Parts: sequence; structure tokens; C-alpha cells
Amino acid sequence: MNALHKRKTQVEDIDRTVYDIRDRVNASYQVGQGLTAKIVNEISAAKNDPEWMRLFRLKSLQIYNRLRLPGWGPPLDELNMDEIVTYIRPNTQLKAKWNEVPDDIKNTFERLGIPEAERKSLAGVGAQYDSEVVYHNVREEVRRQGVIYTDMESAVRDPEYGPMVKKHFMKLVPPEDHKFVALHGAVWSGGSFVYVPPGVNVEIPLQSYFRLNAPGAGQFEHTLIIVGEGANLHFIEGCSAPKYNVANLHAGCVELYVGKNARLRYSTIENWSKNMFNLNTKRAVVEEGGTIEWVSGSFGSHISNLYPMSILKGEGSRMEFTGITFAGRGQSLDTGAKVVHAAPHTYSSINTKSISKDGGWCTYRSSVSVLPQAYGCKSSVSCESLMLDDRSRSDTIPVMDIRNDDVDVGHEAKIGRISDDAIFYLMSRGISEEDAKAMIVTGFAEPIAKELPVEYAVEMNNLIKLEMEGSIG
Amino acid sequence: MQLLEIRDLAVSVEGNQILSGLNLTVGKGEVHVLMGPNGAGKSTLVNTVMGHPQYHVDGGSILFDGQDITNAPANERAKAGLFLSFQNPEEVPGISLENFMRTSRYAVTGKPVKLFAYKKELAQKMEELHMDEEYASRYLNVGFSGGEKKKSEILQMLMLNPKLAILDETDSGLDVDAVKIVSKGVEKFRNGENSLLIITHNTKILDFLPVDAVHILMGGRIQQTGDRTLIDRINESGFQGLEAV
Repeated sequence: MNALHKRKTQVEDIDRTVYDIRDRVNASYQVGQGLTAKIVNEISAAKNDPEWMRLFRLKSLQIYNRLRLPGWGPPLDELNMDEIVTYIRPNTQLKAKWNEVPDDIKNTFERLGIPEAERKSLAGVGAQYDSEVVYHNVREEVRRQGVIYTDMESAVRDPEYGPMVKKHFMKLVPPEDHKFVALHGAVWSGGSFVYVPPGVNVEIPLQSYFRLNAPGAGQFEHTLIIVGEGANLHFIEGCSAPKYNVANLHAGCVELYVGKNARLRYSTIENWSKNMFNLNTKRAVVEEGGTIEWVSGSFGSHISNLYPMSILKGEGSRMEFTGITFAGRGQSLDTGAKVVHAAPHTYSSINTKSISKDGGWCTYRSSVSVLPQAYGCKSSVSCESLMLDDRSRSDTIPVMDIRNDDVDVGHEAKIGRISDDAIFYLMSRGISEEDAKAMIVTGFAEPIAKELPVEYAVEMNNLIKLEMEGSIG
Repeated sequence: MQLLEIRDLAVSVEGNQILSGLNLTVGKGEVHVLMGPNGAGKSTLVNTVMGHPQYHVDGGSILFDGQDITNAPANERAKAGLFLSFQNPEEVPGISLENFMRTSRYAVTGKPVKLFAYKKELAQKMEELHMDEEYASRYLNVGFSGGEKKKSEILQMLMLNPKLAILDETDSGLDVDAVKIVSKGVEKFRNGENSLLIITHNTKILDFLPVDAVHILMGGRIQQTGDRTLIDRINESGFQGLEAV
């Protein structure tokens, strides 16, 4: 018997260290479990919503009650909505200075490296803790460019840009779309509003970080970004939560409006704990000559359904989606992208990689639609999966609906296993089995890591190394 | 003093016995050649010596530099000073040749690798092997031609400077010029202390090397060991007739 085989061990749940530190729940206010009109009215009153928003919430609740759970994707029966607390207000008001944020909450974000990143490499930061944004700040020079970056509640109530919010809020993702977006419409709380005026180039990224601390809670933040004609923005979204034994729910909603010849890059690193149901909806509409770039890393959660959608509305508009998904034990991550080519000469490129190990299940799901009027379009889809053992699973479900002849569409899918010969090759050069596996997996993910903001690429490689430690057979 | 000592080795792959009763010894500073017909088990032998988990040692032992490495994982063998130049080197996307070799050298020596000196040494050795410097930043062997892959193996051998380098048909599939470049690299590698075990069909790679012993692997064991003249005999009349010896 070779010594190699003897050393293989089953690894227990990984040490997620900083992500798993829980704060004592110290909420100033929270609604009861489950969902009723009374609770929705309570949330609305607590937020001091304008009347149109209160009515919108109640209408969404009706839709929620009417719609059924999706009949596809990972099973959601472990998610009992009657047990989810939809609104938890942390014990603080919104601050624009970290030293005014209460210590326990501030320390959490310190451990996650948010204030440090803000000082070094960000144009602005929003930090949400449970249901409310506790910190929001944007650099003075960015503010002077006319960029608005604020929490969603302030935006809704603002006399100046409140009407802009009302005009766009859940117009791109209407509550009728599916059950969880209806739920979002009813109980949304927190999130960010960004407006970049025409022609403004925001040179360094803005970042919002969402932290869910309370057990059995839901987070329903709403992100609305409007990038004016010829403007340019990079927005980063980060998410994490400590692990609890009860289900937590994340049903956020992201709506992105990319103006004529504008460019928006939307990067996400999601590292929810493995008790999270991550049922998030993201959508962008792109005007003539505009570009949306999605960069998406999905590492955490128990179950994820996440397919950012791009509507290429204007002629010559473009979308690029780059994503990586890593599913370990007890995780079923159903991820991908959707694109609708609604105008001529539009371009889309979807490039994803997935890694499954230790019984994890990755599903790649995508849809590319080309409408009859959208001639001269080009679309290329490439998805690659790597399975690290026999217990893991990987599925690929690409859908294409092409309604005219003048298109250039390509699809490439590869599913592979980590090769014993490659591991041996690296080991023959002195590298340990664990490191060899981590090197192969990191190498597999490298084309995606290159697209991530550098600190996230480092974090991703660390996550992969953590996941590979002790390793698997 | 013997560097490699294989005693009574029996090896199977997926239940099929490939080698049995195999004995082979390579001394310090020596150059040995391993020949044999296709399918005789030459690659099985060298992969077993390097520690590929697919090859099961059913009996016997492998001693290297005084240590019993029969059950050691491949990386421990590399640290002990063994090197295998693969017949078909793996392609590993996402890590550059340069970074990989640095990681590898650190793993083998356990000493931090000084970046500047390392880069200089690498550039110099690549030049000796007529490798374009652009290859250093390319992903490990990915999209390399057959010849570039073999050069990449020799480059790694030179950078790791092992005690025993095993070359598994490093000269196959190379054109005349490339064989010359590779054999010069091999010649450079020799320092009087380190040893070579070379598997070859095309004996050109041996033109510039002193050969201490030639072993013929047939029927799962070393059938015959001789000096350089054995190579000429095989080149003339093949392996037939050797079995009877």
C-alpha cells in the first residue's frame, strides 16, 4: 500500500475564522417571525416610507402570497418562511464615520477588512448589518463629481433624487417575476443607491458589504445603480454571515441601468455561511453602445439560485459575465447568467468555471435569447467544471433561444476531474499532495481570479487553499 | 557507494503484474541506460521509483541514498534528490513555468528562493536550452510543442539539480537539433557526484555521455546488464535473441 493512500483523510467543515465570529444579537428592534400585512406595515412604518412605498410593499406581499415556489432548481423545502425574521434593526443609526459605529459592529467590519480597504482602494463604502445600513461614506472628490452613493432608505425619501428612485425601483425586476422577488418587494431593507452623472468616470471602485449576523434572519437589501451616458463605474458587493444551525435567507435585488456608451462593472464575492438560502435576483439593462461586466464569485451558502440577467436593449451594447462557483459538502449552488439580445449588433460573452468537492453540487444554468430584430449579434458561452471526487456532482443546463439567422453563437462546455497524473507530476517536483491539488484548483480558477479586484483574488485563493486543506480522496 | 538500489521489486497496475524479481543498482556519478522492447515495463519501473500511486509495489524494496523510499510519497522522493523527466509531461493551466519552478525549488530545498538570483539563473539556463524567455511566463507546459515540453523537463532538472535524474524517453519526438540541445543540457547537468538513468530508443542522446552500464528490461526483470557495446548489438539485431542469455 502506498503511503499516499494512507494520508488521505476526510476533512471536517472548514475553519472559516473571521466569517464565523458571531456577535451577540443586540438589536434595537425586530419584527416577529413569518410574514403578514401587519409585519409589512410595521417595517414600512419603522422605515418612515413614503406612502407609495408602503402600498408597493403591500402589493408585493399579495403577489408573494399568490405565487408558488419555483418548480426547478435545488429543493427549498428546508426553508420555512414562517420562521424567518424579515426585519432586524441593529442598535445604531446610520453613520458616516467608523468611530461613531458601535464597537461590536465596527469590529466585525474591521475583521472583514472593510475600513482598511476603504482607506486604500475604494471611492466609497456602504456597510449593512442585518437589515440596516450602518455606515455610508463616499470620498469628497467623488461627491464633487456629482456621484450619489447612499443607502436606499435615504434615497427613497430624498426630495431631490427620490423621484428618480421611484421611477426605477423594481421596474427592471418587477415583484411579479418570482416568489422571492415579490417577498423582496414586501420587506426590502437597506442596500445602496448609486447615481453616476453623464460623462463622469469614477476611477476607483465603490463597495457595499452586507453582513447578516442574526440567526434565523433574512436580508433583503436593494441595490439600484444608474450610470449616465458615457459614464464609468466599478461597483463591488461583498457578503458574509456566521454559521448558525437554523436557515437564514438572503433575497436581495440588484437593478442596474447602464446608459448610452456607459460602462458598469459589477463584482460580487459571496461567502455566506452554509446555512444560507441565497435567492438573489440581479438584472441590468444596457443602452446603445453601453457595457455591463459581471464578475461573480460564489463560495458560500447552503443553496444558491443566482443568474444575473442582462438586457441588451440598445444597438451595439455588450455584456460580459465572468463567474466562479465553488461548492463543498452540503452545498447546492445553482448559478449562471441570462442575456437577452434585444437590439442589433449586440455582444455577449459568458465564461464560467465551477468546482465541486466533498459531495458538493454545482449546476451551471444559462439562457441566451436573441430576438428577431437583433441581427448581427454575437454570443459565446463557455463553462468548465471540475469535480474533485466521486461524491461531487456537476450539471450543465445551457438554454439558447435564437430567433433570427444573422447571429454568431458559440457554446463550449467541459466537465473534468482533477487528474491523478497531474497531481503526481507536481508531487514529483517536491510539492505535497495537498498543495498540488490546491495548485491545480487555483490554476483552474486563475482566469477568473484575474478579473477580480486584487484583494478579492487573494481572498479567493485563500478560500480555495482553506477548502483544500486536509483534502479529499 | 550506491545511490539507487532496487531489490527484488514486484509491481502491478490494476491487478496486472508488470514487474517481478527486478534488481537494479546505480552508483554515484554514474550514467546508466535502460533499454527494452515496447511494453516491457520501463515506464512502469521509473514511475514506481518516483512513487506514482497507480503502481502498486507488491514486493521488494527501493533504496535511495541509503533511505528506504519504497512507500514514500513522490514529493518526499523529490526532496531526497530524485527527479523524473516525463515522457508526456502534464499540462497545468493557471500557473506559470517560472512560478511553478520557484515553488518547486522551495519545496525541494526548504530554503527561500531569492527572486533576483533565481530569475537570472533561469534566464541563463533557458538560453542554454534555446528556449524563448516568453515560455517562463506561460502556463506550465500548456500549448507547448512536444520539443518544448521536453526542454521544459530538462530545464526543471537543471534548476532542481537532483542527485539522480531519470530521463524517460526525453529524446523521443525531437528533431536532430533539439536532441543536440537536450543532450548538451544533460551533459551540463553532470558534476561527477550526480547520476543519470536514461531510457532511450534513439541512442543519439548518449553520443556525448560516458555510459557506465546498459540494462535490458524484458519479461518484467533486468535480463542483461552490460557495457556500451550492448547498445550497438541492439541497434544491429534488436532485442531478439537476448532472452536466451
